[in-house]
Amino acid sequence: MSETRPGQERFVAPIDETPLRAIDAVNVDAVPENQWKEAWKRLRTSPLFWLATAILLVIALMIFFPSLFTSADPKKLDLADSFEPARKGHPFGFTEQGGDVWARTVYGARASVAVGVFTTIIVALLGIVTGAIAGFYGGIVDTLLSRFSDIFFSIPLLLACIVVISVLNNTFPDRGFWGSVLVVVVALAAFAWPQITRQMRGAVLEIKNLEFVDAATAIGASKMKNLRRHIVPNALAPVIVASTISLGVFIVAESSLSFLGLGFPSSIVSWGNDISAAQTQVRSGDNLQVMFVPAAALAFTVLGFILLGEAVREALDPKARKK
Amino acid sequence: MNTNTPLLQIDDLRVGFRAGKEILTAVDGASLTIYPGQTIAIVGESGSGKSTLAHAVIGLLPGNGTVQGGEILFEGKDIAHARKDAILALRGSSIGLVPQDPMSNLNPLWRVGAQIKEALVANGVAKGAAADKRVVELLEEAGLPDAERRARQYPHEFSGGMRQRALIAMGLAARPKLLIADEPTSALDVTVQKQILDHLDQLTDTLGVAVMLITHDLGLAAERADHLVVMYRGKIVESGPALDILQNPSHPYTKRLVSSAPSLASQRLSSQNARAEVREQAVQTAAEIAAEVADSETQFGEGVDDIVVVENLTKVFKLRGAKPWQSVDFAAVDDVSFRLRRGTTTAIVGESGSGKSTVARMVLDLLPPTSGNVLFDGHNLRELKTKAERLRLRRQMQPVFQNPYASLDPLYSIYQSIEEPLRTHSVGTKKEREAKVRDLLEKVSLPTTVMSRYPGELSGGQRQRVAIARALALDPEVVICDEAVSALDVLVQAQILELLNDLQAELGLSYLFITHDLAVVRQIADNVLVMQNGKVVESASVTEVFDNPREAYTRRLLDAIPGGSISLGA
Repeated sequence: MSETRPGQERFVAPIDETPLRAIDAVNVDAVPENQWKEAWKRLRTSPLFWLATAILLVIALMIFFPSLFTSADPKKLDLADSFEPARKGHPFGFTEQGGDVWARTVYGARASVAVGVFTTIIVALLGIVTGAIAGFYGGIVDTLLSRFSDIFFSIPLLLACIVVISVLNNTFPDRGFWGSVLVVVVALAAFAWPQITRQMRGAVLEIKNLEFVDAATAIGASKMKNLRRHIVPNALAPVIVASTISLGVFIVAESSLSFLGLGFPSSIVSWGNDISAAQTQVRSGDNLQVMFVPAAALAFTVLGFILLGEAVREALDPKARKK
Repeated sequence: MNTNTPLLQIDDLRVGFRAGKEILTAVDGASLTIYPGQTIAIVGESGSGKSTLAHAVIGLLPGNGTVQGGEILFEGKDIAHARKDAILALRGSSIGLVPQDPMSNLNPLWRVGAQIKEALVANGVAKGAAADKRVVELLEEAGLPDAERRARQYPHEFSGGMRQRALIAMGLAARPKLLIADEPTSALDVTVQKQILDHLDQLTDTLGVAVMLITHDLGLAAERADHLVVMYRGKIVESGPALDILQNPSHPYTKRLVSSAPSLASQRLSSQNARAEVREQAVQTAAEIAAEVADSETQFGEGVDDIVVVENLTKVFKLRGAKPWQSVDFAAVDDVSFRLRRGTTTAIVGESGSGKSTVARMVLDLLPPTSGNVLFDGHNLRELKTKAERLRLRRQMQPVFQNPYASLDPLYSIYQSIEEPLRTHSVGTKKEREAKVRDLLEKVSLPTTVMSRYPGELSGGQRQRVAIARALALDPEVVICDEAVSALDVLVQAQILELLNDLQAELGLSYLFITHDLAVVRQIADNVLVMQNGKVVESASVTEVFDNPREAYTRRLLDAIPGGSISLGA
């Protein structure tokens, strides 16, 4: 062995400066925290989340307590008021048919958000079930389910809805508010589920190969129990994000359908209907508020849901989370 | 070149990471010296600051890391506070780096040759056709045969060892004076590790390159370096000539490391004797349990001596063939037979792809065998028809898996995880189950305060303890450990091995211990099965395999244990 050179002499740190710790000691004071609690903590500190919550809170108030915003009756139409300008109690004036623009916008939130929320719930349930089955069982089940969902995925959403709603409109000509909502929800949900199916399937494929699933099998948990108790809960995060964002998309889709005269019958107050009725004014350039107010409400609501989706994604995305 | 002027001199270096408003110190007052052509090793566990120290030298600290104080002198010039372009000029040309993970450090979309050429061009060593020629020479020098063809291949066509050779070629492309090798072989199989390190040694010797080797393995460090630096929680606790440190460790931390490192402990007689004691006690307890099982009507099993018997086990996977309708048979496990005696441990040792984990999965009845039988205490697993019988088998045989980050459901609290087997088998009332969970946590030396916590809050070793507690919840007779300690730091690994030994002696457990690391075998096992390409190449007692290996492959595995040839003091 060569002799020791300067700077490489034997060195031992003073023990009192480098005290030994117990190997792998447990931090006993730590507070329990799981994935959801952690995500909530991150949400709470996200400005995006509070902005979205504020927007959606306003929309929720419009839905449940419309009288807080307006005292006018949205269904009262008086042709004498046609395109009358704003006056006391009617801040944005009147539509061509003589309805109060602001009152119709406030009451219109109900139909639009109802379609968005119920479509999302049905799509999420359908997508989670089909995606979980396809991913978990694999093989022929997966092939059949995946190809089946591909067929639905390949049909343009709005085009398919137009066909379905036209048929349903002829079959059930007289249907109240909820009947009309149901028709739009069924039509949208029937063609929108494959997206969630794909996402769920991917998540399940990844999680079913993790060791805790094998451990549960070795304990004696049945396949169904394993799927329900371990795999699905761990696969939900991306589905929740996608669903929140798609909620806004469904509201837009409903308005598009109503605009085309297919969503809600004109007897129901909805943003899409009002925007559709205001078309003529865009061409003439007068009375733009008739179009602008319901359109702004629509954009505002969609923005709220998309911001919420983004905030939830940031809180749940495992890549953004540090190990 | 004057070999008595230091090449690199680090003086009282402090490196911190900004985390919010706080600054966490990662390296605290480190000093060391490297002379030209010399190999030094920095040894420490994960989080000890060894990689941070190395990255500070080459100016590759992540965005929130900064040098807080001290100096790094390279050939007498301070580079800790130098301008960015000055460090850029040093990188590659004067200081080379071989990174840790060969899998993620090559761009998958570029040909390997092009990536090495990039290093040559960036450092102004060669251009154009001359650079292409140089690439082939460098790859040949790094020990890749058929280098011309290899240079035109993509990273996915390379094995892990070949990628690491390519990275070495890249690190040495501009003939640096110092090569930083950050855990260059920890992702590789032991025999490949040995080949690569041997080659690196020889290469750096001929070229006169100094090497700063970062490793967690004390045995490997001592075997490869003249000078050792031991780091613990950001501080250098001991440094000096390698052999001297190994034979007379002074700092209590170094003493701990020397006594725990499996590569060193494997040659100690004391670990062999301790193992013999454990076995004696376990076999005795197991015999009592077996007598009970044999008399009992309700217990699963006959109480035979060999609790697990594996006969001619084969697993063939169908891989996709050249055409869509074709398939190729691949025998992952090929005619494997062995017996596990009650109260003893049989280790299955092999490198990646040897089929050892597939055997474990088949024994656990998680994967159906293509042919052959697994008998558990006299019952053939294939002949279990009813669900109830299968459930009874599950109670007797439990796994502990490798990856402590994936083996616990992140959404389950520790209590729920350990209670799950009890609930699945409807054992006891809620109160009795809670008492059992407390008892199990105590058995694996975890405080009961962890019950309400979640896996993400525990360290790898602690999670592995939870996994062991879960495996023991149903009072099984056999525990199958699939690489159960290989993801852990050496000290934690030694602690878990000790725990497994204690539990075996106390409860009369039988272990099937799957590992790639022959070094840990002596601390835990009685019999060894060496597997290669799905076949058993050698099967004997631990003493026979270590003292008298019959097969060339076994000898190669033994030789590859780092530090195996170093004679220790007392």
